[in-house]
Amino acid sequence: MDAGLFWEWVIKSLIIVLMLTAGFAYATLYERRVIARIQVRIGPNRAGPFGLLQPVADGIKLIFKEELTPAGADKVLFFLAPIITVLPSLVITAVVPWGDTVVIGGRVIRLYLTDINVGILYILAVASISVYGIVLAGWASNNKYALLGGLRSTAQMISYELALGLSFVGPILLAGSLSLMDIINAQKHLWFVVLQPAAFLLYFLASLAEVNRAPFDMPEAEQELTAGYHAEYSGMKFALFFMAEYIKMIAVAMIGASLFLGGFMGPFVDRFPWLGPVYLFLKVAVWLFVMIWLRATLPRIRYDRLMQLGWKVMFPLGLLNAVVTAFVVVLVGG
Amino acid sequence: MSALQWVFIIASLITVGAAVMMVASHRMMHAALWLAVALLGVAVIFVTLEASFFAVVQLLVYIGAILILIVFAIMLTQRSTEAGSRLNSLAWGAAGVAGVIWTALTYVFIRWVVSGTPMQELGASFDDVVLLGKALVDAEGFAVPFEVASVLLLAALIGAVYIAFERKGEGS
Amino acid sequence: MLQDYLPLFVILVVGFAVALIAVLLGMLFGPRRPTPRKAAPYESGIVPYGPGRRRMSIRFYLVAVLFILFDVEVVFVIFWAAAARQLGWLGFLAMLVFLIVLEVAHVYAWKKGALEWD
Repeated sequence: MDAGLFWEWVIKSLIIVLMLTAGFAYATLYERRVIARIQVRIGPNRAGPFGLLQPVADGIKLIFKEELTPAGADKVLFFLAPIITVLPSLVITAVVPWGDTVVIGGRVIRLYLTDINVGILYILAVASISVYGIVLAGWASNNKYALLGGLRSTAQMISYELALGLSFVGPILLAGSLSLMDIINAQKHLWFVVLQPAAFLLYFLASLAEVNRAPFDMPEAEQELTAGYHAEYSGMKFALFFMAEYIKMIAVAMIGASLFLGGFMGPFVDRFPWLGPVYLFLKVAVWLFVMIWLRATLPRIRYDRLMQLGWKVMFPLGLLNAVVTAFVVVLVGG
Repeated sequence: MSALQWVFIIASLITVGAAVMMVASHRMMHAALWLAVALLGVAVIFVTLEASFFAVVQLLVYIGAILILIVFAIMLTQRSTEAGSRLNSLAWGAAGVAGVIWTALTYVFIRWVVSGTPMQELGASFDDVVLLGKALVDAEGFAVPFEVASVLLLAALIGAVYIAFERKGEGS
Repeated sequence: MLQDYLPLFVILVVGFAVALIAVLLGMLFGPRRPTPRKAAPYESGIVPYGPGRRRMSIRFYLVAVLFILFDVEVVFVIFWAAAARQLGWLGFLAMLVFLIVLEVAHVYAWKKGALEWD
């Protein structure tokens, strides 16, 4: 194994992690500005031009905040929970390609960290692990509202994970592969959202529930749970929960764009590979806009309705979509 | 040594260390987390064996589902927050039995012919996903166990629902 | 194949380092003046009552059990979907039988009220 390859991985990993962190900072600003506009306000515009320095100001403020550890807390888990929450969100997009290959200084660089042959299962596995940070944060806090928020969140996430997994089946069947690169290449001429509208809708709704976004943001219902699983957190530890939530939004948009909207594919991407990341970025920006728009528009769904929607509507629909798609694929292909 | 061997050794050490910590941990929730680390180590060992499917299933089913159930079960118990008693009176006896079984198993594995066979390098075009899929639905492969698995899951579900609801009926 | 997976360990280490640095930054620069009031559980200003960790409802446990069972189903479906074209009608039928048996389980849980949330 040559050292150049190793450093290439390290640099790419750093780029992904830092881009996601920067993306988180500006996703918060994006959300605040868009929601402000929808509510006929202006939003933060004082720090820097157009408020562009607002995330920096927020970050500095959070670093200098006092951090509290509740008296009855499990100290080790209370410390670890924010890290366990943010880690899956940072590594989940490792298998999502940003583009094809480019040549820098005579060295062919692939514009993705890695492309494993079980990429989609990797995404699902990491998504299922992201439950831990939340349930542990709720449990370690020794606060009944935090515990209830953590439990609700966990039950919601695992319920919608089934629908999420089933929504992947459509693109997998059409592409005949679990690798994201193969799935994107199969969409060169036609995006899968056209062939798989039901799977796309399932993915969109399940991913909203998976990242606890409105209208499925039950675990953080401030009116009944005071904030949910991170009620006792402050300072940078709170910031990590916040960061995990927004990075998950970005990750969900990246994965969704790759599965249904052609990922980095777009006009002239064959000739100018650098356009790949640009197309992906634009698709993610539109996806995030829709998520923010939904938050500004829809009221929160009641918890029992939420669970019933997951188990009684989305799960059977996902199965039905998988069977029908498989029937057509085998009929045409076999 | 090759990178593969280093990864294997590190992963094994982490797995065994986490397993020891899990048994030695006094708090149930910490023990559950050490179990997660041990299972993660096993997933890495699957990767070194080029069994990518098993590696992700290890993550998805064991860590992502079964261990969540264990965490929930810990939360259901009354004394989940207290540190448990240091040592059960039977602990040393149990350790002795475990040691004997371990020694016997190690002896069997060392003597086993298969363990002496060198591992074969798999070709670059080797695709375990398609091969496993074929084996799963082939009548000469694992088609019958595969269908039986669905019945097993059905039985497990009926049992779980029955237990949960009977308790509830008596309680209220 | 290991070459495809090693980058995942690299990004795991990098991500862990970044998260750890973030937490340590807060611990380094933040003030630390704990008082008993501050360390009490936050319950919207009301004096806390009862234990912080109460036993949860059996419902959550049941959801976790159902999740394990159907998670195994979803893993099989995803994995079969990748090879569905090569497997043809035989594979389709095998999977259909598997899905029907599990749909019986789903309907059973539904009729028993295990999916209700009261």
